[in-house]
Amino acid sequence: MRAVAIAGLAALLAAGCQREERDLRLDPPVTAALDQVAPMANAVGGAPPDVLGALGEPYEGNAYNLSEGKRLYSWFNCKGCHADGGGASGPALLDGWWRYGSDPVSLFVTLRDGRQNGMPAYGDKLTTEQIWQLVGYLRTVGVSSASFAAPSRNDEMQSRPAENRAPASAELGTPPSR
Amino acid sequence: MRPHPRLAAAALLPLLTGCTGPQSALDPQGPNAASLAWLIWTFTAVCGLVWLLVLLTVGIALWRRRASSGAADEPLRPESATERRKQGVVIGAVVATVLIIATLTLMSFVATRSLTASSGEPLTVRLRGYQWWWEVTYTADSPDRFVTAANEIRVPVGRPVRLELSSGDVIHSFWVPSLAGKQDMIPGRDNVLTFTAERPGSYRAQCAEFCGMQHARMALVVIAMAAPEFESWLDAQRQPAAEPADEEQEAGRQVATGKACAACHTIRGTRAAGTVGPDLTHVGSRQTIAAGTLPTTRGALGAWIADPQTVKPGNKMPMVPLSADELRAVSAYMAGLK
Repeated sequence: MRAVAIAGLAALLAAGCQREERDLRLDPPVTAALDQVAPMANAVGGAPPDVLGALGEPYEGNAYNLSEGKRLYSWFNCKGCHADGGGASGPALLDGWWRYGSDPVSLFVTLRDGRQNGMPAYGDKLTTEQIWQLVGYLRTVGVSSASFAAPSRNDEMQSRPAENRAPASAELGTPPSR
Repeated sequence: MRPHPRLAAAALLPLLTGCTGPQSALDPQGPNAASLAWLIWTFTAVCGLVWLLVLLTVGIALWRRRASSGAADEPLRPESATERRKQGVVIGAVVATVLIIATLTLMSFVATRSLTASSGEPLTVRLRGYQWWWEVTYTADSPDRFVTAANEIRVPVGRPVRLELSSGDVIHSFWVPSLAGKQDMIPGRDNVLTFTAERPGSYRAQCAEFCGMQHARMALVVIAMAAPEFESWLDAQRQPAAEPADEEQEAGRQVATGKACAACHTIRGTRAAGTVGPDLTHVGSRQTIAAGTLPTTRGALGAWIADPQTVKPGNKMPMVPLSADELRAVSAYMAGLK
């Protein structure tokens, strides 16, 4: 009985050996497949590429990809319009109620092709993988669900709740009508 | 196995090659590195001598104890003459220790203080560390004459160089052993390092603070050249990028300015004006690309652009999908940016 318990605890220890995988290099065919989103006719919502599920949703729960997304957020000056999520000349991202949808496919299309009223297209500035990394990060800004994975910390003062917090939507209630 | 002293000595010989070459603190090429090297040798000699003396004393003590064993069985009633001699030895050792350590401390203080002293008008260069490359900015009397380059510092021989060190992300450390000691590059805090190169040549420098996956491939070259040569080089660097020499290079420029390259890199004189990656205006004139990872040849540029994550895994340059023709053209254009 005791031996079984010790073996069980030892097995539990071995679980600590699992380290998060960093996929640094996507094969070009995978990158091409990741670009195959099927948005609805109004370019809001739609079907994500099949390969995303096959890869195990690497842009939602992988801390490395979230960190890369956070880096790209400042590198490509998303802050210039959306500030630290609070919004400035661009709309706020913290509330999670976004004009053109907050699901991954809508966000991907928003970043790649741009949107009316000022959102530029980044399809020729970012690679497909980078767009997905940004999508993953943006979904932690307007949180829709709590997560075990979080991007790296801010170097500057934290101006908003942590990225892996529980959703604010429960407190927000129904989306404001526009 | 029988010991082979000759074989062992022969195996250790290659270690000696570490004492010279383009990256060695024991092969100083400037006054700062020389004073540090002198410090290293003095400390080694003095401490080695003390170590030998201590071993000798211990040996003598053991030998004499063994020779006189049986005679002095009364440790609680020592002979006064022997006791005085022992006291003398201990007091002598304490005084020598204090003197030696005080002298070494003073020497170290004087030598490190002299590192910041410089004679003559220094050339001020800003060096900013990023994961995993170096941004080099040559300052001038007015900001519009500043020149930004990467992964290579050129300095005039004999003139002190004032390096203003900063970091854009994590802590790095600048170390060019042949010319100066280490100095950390800390985000949010500017450090200064002054050195002078006395002889023309190329000296390798390396990031000396672990800074992430590619810390090992974060090197740069300090090239010391004669002052007039340096001035004309700097004037050439101030110019915008070279015009494409042929149709292939022209096509390469189209790729570099139209594709994702331009979002991160600046090529002065073109539409490419990204600021997060290294300035590529004169990338073809540098000795290496990717912070000392590859030599600047057209082939290496092509390999790097085609698949940066295989050459240097984890670096921040993404694999931008290019056709074979586009890749050939853009590598020709980059190699031509002298």
